[in-house]
Amino acid sequence: MAEKKKSTTKKTESKKETKHEAPAKQEAAQKAAPSGVSTTKTQEKARIGVFICHCGTNIAGSMDINAVQDYAKTIPNVAYVDNYKYMCSMPGQAVINKAIKDNKLTGVVVAACSPRLHEPTFRTATKEGGLNQFRFEMANIREQNSWVHMHDQEGSTEKAKDAIRIAVAKAGLLQDLFPKAVPVEHAAMVVGAGVAGMQAALDLANAGIKTYLIESQPTIGGRMSQLDKTFPTLDCSQCILTPKMVDVGRAANIELMTYSEVDAVEGYIGNFDVTVRKKARGVLTPAEAEARGIVGGGCNGCGDCEPVCPVVKPNEFEVGMKPRKAIYISHPQVVPLIYTIDWNSCIKCGLCVTACGPEKKAIDLEAKDELVKVKVGTAILATGYDMFPVEKKTEWGYKKYENVISSLEFERLICASGPTSGHLVRPSDGETPKRVAFVLCAGSRDNTGNGKPYCSRFCCMYSLKHAHQIYEKIPGVQAYLFYMDIRSFGKMYEEFYYRIQDEGAKFIRGRVANILEDPVTKNLHVHTDDTLLNRPVDMEVDLVVLAAAVQPKEDTNRTRKLFGVSCSMDGWLLEAHPKLNPCGTTTAGVFLAGVCQGPKDIPDTVASAEGAASAASIPIHKGEVELEPYFATCIEERCAGCGMCINLCPYSALALVEKDGRQVMQVTEAKCKGCGTCGGFCPGGAIWMNHFATPQIVAQIDAFLLGGEQ
Amino acid sequence: MSAPPESPAPKGEEGEWKPKILGVLCNWCSYAGADLAGGGRIQYPPDVRVVRVMCTGRIDALFVLKAFADGADGVLVSGCHFGDCHYLEGNYKGAKRMFMVKRLMKSIGLDDRRFRMTFVSASEGAKWGAVITDVVKTIKELGPSPIKEFSK
Repeated sequence: MAEKKKSTTKKTESKKETKHEAPAKQEAAQKAAPSGVSTTKTQEKARIGVFICHCGTNIAGSMDINAVQDYAKTIPNVAYVDNYKYMCSMPGQAVINKAIKDNKLTGVVVAACSPRLHEPTFRTATKEGGLNQFRFEMANIREQNSWVHMHDQEGSTEKAKDAIRIAVAKAGLLQDLFPKAVPVEHAAMVVGAGVAGMQAALDLANAGIKTYLIESQPTIGGRMSQLDKTFPTLDCSQCILTPKMVDVGRAANIELMTYSEVDAVEGYIGNFDVTVRKKARGVLTPAEAEARGIVGGGCNGCGDCEPVCPVVKPNEFEVGMKPRKAIYISHPQVVPLIYTIDWNSCIKCGLCVTACGPEKKAIDLEAKDELVKVKVGTAILATGYDMFPVEKKTEWGYKKYENVISSLEFERLICASGPTSGHLVRPSDGETPKRVAFVLCAGSRDNTGNGKPYCSRFCCMYSLKHAHQIYEKIPGVQAYLFYMDIRSFGKMYEEFYYRIQDEGAKFIRGRVANILEDPVTKNLHVHTDDTLLNRPVDMEVDLVVLAAAVQPKEDTNRTRKLFGVSCSMDGWLLEAHPKLNPCGTTTAGVFLAGVCQGPKDIPDTVASAEGAASAASIPIHKGEVELEPYFATCIEERCAGCGMCINLCPYSALALVEKDGRQVMQVTEAKCKGCGTCGGFCPGGAIWMNHFATPQIVAQIDAFLLGGEQ
Repeated sequence: MSAPPESPAPKGEEGEWKPKILGVLCNWCSYAGADLAGGGRIQYPPDVRVVRVMCTGRIDALFVLKAFADGADGVLVSGCHFGDCHYLEGNYKGAKRMFMVKRLMKSIGLDDRRFRMTFVSASEGAKWGAVITDVVKTIKELGPSPIKEFSK
């Protein structure tokens, strides 16, 4: 170990030399620092304060705080030990402040909860006490101790002692570090233009921020534009959504990129370089046409091309219940009103080109994907959801029996602009159904392994709405709702539930066991157990609507890898903290809005979008962000210039440069994210990772295993 | 696996023998997963001491060997699932090194079951509890590290 300590002294000296960008004030501090930092001296001079938190009884209830405190006093370099009921409270922080000043501490250890929770709090307290905020180390004795060893007081106490000893060992070797401030690009990106993405983009644009709105489909609007009415107010979905779509299309600050996908993301908060793939639409917008010198040309949405197209395909927007052509718009209210060619079905006959005419020249059958690079400060993911493929639940016969339909098909059938102009009909014979069964939790709350374990949160409410809609449209109809529990938790939702009960809908509590078809009449028999009356049910109905679960988008994995976002066990994108940071992610500058994070109804989706927009605008309005200074640094006298580290770096932050006639590695700090992959490999030990330096980690290992005495 | 049988756990004077196990965790997945286990009050044995690093890619093979040289009975390295690394690919590079450590352990006659690399995400609190329980069980079965005997 002695050898290691010596080398550390060298490292700090070399650090002093390699510092170049720090502002004058910081540089002065930096130069002053090494004398107190260099390891050998620190070992003699380090004066560490240890502060033990009871966290009420959260910690104190599981371990012997007095024993831990008595032990902490015996650890080498510990100059002061104290405990307090709530270390994070104002008086608790004052204890730290005062102790730093009174005892001339050089480092602070707080034994409390997880550093992922309160590290910022105590760093601030350390700074207020007059120390550099990075001379702080946390010992986690709650999440990873008292809460997980609740009935093992002895084991818990011993573990806390070790944790404090390990933290003190590191605290003795910590250095002054200074966060690096970087400017933030005055632009944002929103991925996905459903109601969440549109709301977020509008908010950002209204706040004066240039916003790139990326949508993979040819039109914005998302799932909400497919719905007929919204619960519980019964607003027409299109009527409240289309004004927003038009606003998005018009907003000067929004650059709308439909039929586009994110191809690559580089950089970090404040400076993301995003490559967007504009998929070949085959139809030019007026702006694109003008760029090609066709003045007054481009698609004006006249639709002359559509009737002449000989290819007929099912329209995905209408869940396949209405035809479209190979050149199409999915519905009349699309934004932007530009036709799109479906290359998978286009036969390139050229009839549409002729129909479009020589003035507009809007159609280009040879169009190619285009890559566009944009620079943004922050990004919001609002990628939405997919419907659960409810045919997986074979017992309900979806896609086997014609008269079993999904809730989304119901929405289109009951919608005035849908394939039947709003007439609900049985797919088998076109007759109006008189008895309709709604099967709730179709794939949700399902632990069989075939469905989804979570509650999809809005199926109860839309099924109530569906029941209302058939009562409104079909005289003499009877609705049956087969449910497990009715979850009507929102504002005015419970009242809506009572209203549907009053309208005559019958509620049968029981999970549907199976559905069988009468082969002659094509009527359906719904079998379940009525768990309230405790008797089996065999209900004959004309139509069954399955309230299908929702699931994460198919390409969620691709999206999250692009932006470095995790996902939870059920596949939805993971927020930074489920309660206190529901819009943020673990990647600084990337935020979540809407259902991509987990099932939400429209009010919650819009609220989360506004939250994400607000969060994403903060760094942009602030103008700069501070990056944690966990950069790699090269200790040049040890660097052999082998270049092994350069290929290891995932961010291309390292390069070999010529210095004093030999090759040494150099770090571009703005690119370095501090993972330490280079430092974990360097065969010469020539890479110093700020705050996670080799001597610091080795000291922790030694402190644990050799009891602090070396 | 082919390592010679090691001395069984001594029934000490002060009761049951407690293994010394070092856990090196990445900040973004496994440390967060361990925190989640805490929030969920998932109970597991208290024998692992944790050192936090930003990424498993930071972990030098020498850290693990140093721990064994210092007398650790077991070492656990835990990071993100492959493809889930906060730093894109640090865990692949870390894992590669850890495989090397395992091979090295075999060749010097140290049972490689004393060293384990696991992948626990930020949402896998329950899995973290299971991992620790299993690691502690394995090390208890293997008994104290033979290196301690040598250094006496």
